[in-house]
Amino acid sequence: MSTLEIRDLHVAVEDKQILNGVDLSVSSGEIHAIMGPNGSGKSTLAYAIAGHPKYTITRGSVTLDGADVLDMTVDERARAGLFLAMQYPVEVPGVSVSNFLRTAVTAVRGEAPKIRTWGKDVKNVMTKLQMDPTFAERSVNEGFSGGEKKRHEIVQLDLLRPKIAILDETDSGLDVDALRTVSEGVVRVHAESNLGVLLITHYTRILRYIKPQFVHVMSAGRIVEEGGEELAAQLEDEGYARFGGGPVLTPAEPRPSVDGVLPGASGGGN
Amino acid sequence: MVVEEREITVGGDARPARFTSYDVEDFPVPTGREEEWRFTPLKRLKGLLKGADADGKVQIDVDGLGDGVTVTSIERDHPLVGSVLSPVERISAIAFAGFTSGTLISVAKRAVVEQPVTVTLRGEGGTAYGHLVLDVGDEASATIVLDHSGSATYAQNVEIRVGANASLTLVTVQDWARDTVHVGYHAALVGRDARFRSFTVTLGGDLVRLAPTVRYAGSGGDAELHGLVFADAGQHLEHRTLIDHETPKCRSRVAYKVALQGEGAHTVWIGDVVVRKAAEGIDTYELNRNLVLSEGARADSVPNLELETGEVEGAGHASTTGRFDDQQLFYLQSRGIPAVEARRMVVRAFFAEVIAKVPVEHLRDRLTGQIEAELEGSGV
Repeated sequence: MSTLEIRDLHVAVEDKQILNGVDLSVSSGEIHAIMGPNGSGKSTLAYAIAGHPKYTITRGSVTLDGADVLDMTVDERARAGLFLAMQYPVEVPGVSVSNFLRTAVTAVRGEAPKIRTWGKDVKNVMTKLQMDPTFAERSVNEGFSGGEKKRHEIVQLDLLRPKIAILDETDSGLDVDALRTVSEGVVRVHAESNLGVLLITHYTRILRYIKPQFVHVMSAGRIVEEGGEELAAQLEDEGYARFGGGPVLTPAEPRPSVDGVLPGASGGGN
Repeated sequence: MVVEEREITVGGDARPARFTSYDVEDFPVPTGREEEWRFTPLKRLKGLLKGADADGKVQIDVDGLGDGVTVTSIERDHPLVGSVLSPVERISAIAFAGFTSGTLISVAKRAVVEQPVTVTLRGEGGTAYGHLVLDVGDEASATIVLDHSGSATYAQNVEIRVGANASLTLVTVQDWARDTVHVGYHAALVGRDARFRSFTVTLGGDLVRLAPTVRYAGSGGDAELHGLVFADAGQHLEHRTLIDHETPKCRSRVAYKVALQGEGAHTVWIGDVVVRKAAEGIDTYELNRNLVLSEGARADSVPNLELETGEVEGAGHASTTGRFDDQQLFYLQSRGIPAVEARRMVVRAFFAEVIAKVPVEHLRDRLTGQIEAELEGSGV
């Protein structure tokens, strides 16, 4: 049983305050959805927990089972059991997916996976996410479509088996089939490993596949409303108008991937 | 003695061929302000500009001779000497005047040589002048490795003749001791429908300044110049490529990948491509990528493409100089990979593409190992 505790978290980007005191607790087996209008600070929360150097913690604490996450380097956080599925996975030309996965798994597990079964394991996981196993020999995310990048994120989630996973707009840019495949992958890993999930989304459609027990609404860098699944339904009907945003239901057209570009200083995803 | 001084007058903006001469005195001692010398630390040339006495030795041994390959010691009056290269700079003229015995490696016509021919050039201290001729006959195919090591102050001319329809892969490795000065002029003449692929790997030495040049003897020639350069603190590693397209329907590719680390590490890449009026239908592209791994290192990159005809298949260049991509490092680290390992993955990946193309397995292994050693020694 693990718990990620976020207390009074204040985060700035280049002297601009984005998060203004976030409190949240995610434990093993729980699924939390964070929803909110553009620019409310959802992605900032994700990157700040993962330790992106662009984000400065100005106040508050983040702990995982009591250990100070903010005191850890980015890789230490991952080895401690945190995982961030990124909205814009980064291309790393020249590093093959198979080398990358093997290096990551070795780092996180603290020992190299068994050569005898490793190839088969990777192939199985990729097949489950409907990713052609030939992707293993391609460079990390290079030339991948938006859907392939998101599938690759969940392949990593499956292989690394973190304690707590943050999924940052994993639904953005996905067509219905890809959304279902990716969601099923998350649900399966959750069921198999008692994963704690923090799902960040603007839209409710992914919540049809990944059912949250807790829904939190963010606005202006704070969690302003909390409830159960019914809150998502309510947002679907009413939109973010009372939180300073627009409607929820209609997803924007999948946007072309913008690699290496993080959400801007506004802190907003899409 | 001026051997050749061509004026290209076709077209309004034609640039004349470079001045060449075998007479050292035709080339004034550079001051460092000249375009071709402005990046080079002249004081560290250890007297090469003044034509220091040849008081040292670079020992040459040839390994891997098979059917169709011969090695001959040659004098300056050999008909192949000066057939491809005429000195364009003072040090080249000094090397030409200064060498006592040259080495000719010949690949017979139509010989298909599977095993690479390895020429080891081992510096044994002091100043030395070298002359090498690589002559690959028509329709022949070979791989030649020039493997430089040891300590020397070495000025060198290499003439490379690739016959019609022939194929030569040339790998030059500059794995010198830390105190070596190496100034080399590697001139290739690529025959009709011939293929010339070269890999210039420069890792060692105090000052290395290489000028690989390519001309074509007919149409249909294909030249690829790959570079792999890794400069450490205090090293000056300079590469000046020139592709001179004078004949139609040829292809050229230049791709130099350079990593630098440590205080005073300095690399220079000058990529000149000249496409003359007669060179219609050619296809050229040159690329230089510099990866600066630490503070205090400096990469200069000057691509220069001169087109005297617009009738080309393709002509382009790209040059980038950058530090680590922070997003890439963040992504790798966010998967638990420690920062040092993440950086090494990125550097390995940077060079992997070049190394993968080297057609000699033991060289690929060695180069991979040397990149690892560079990374080990760096604290990157």
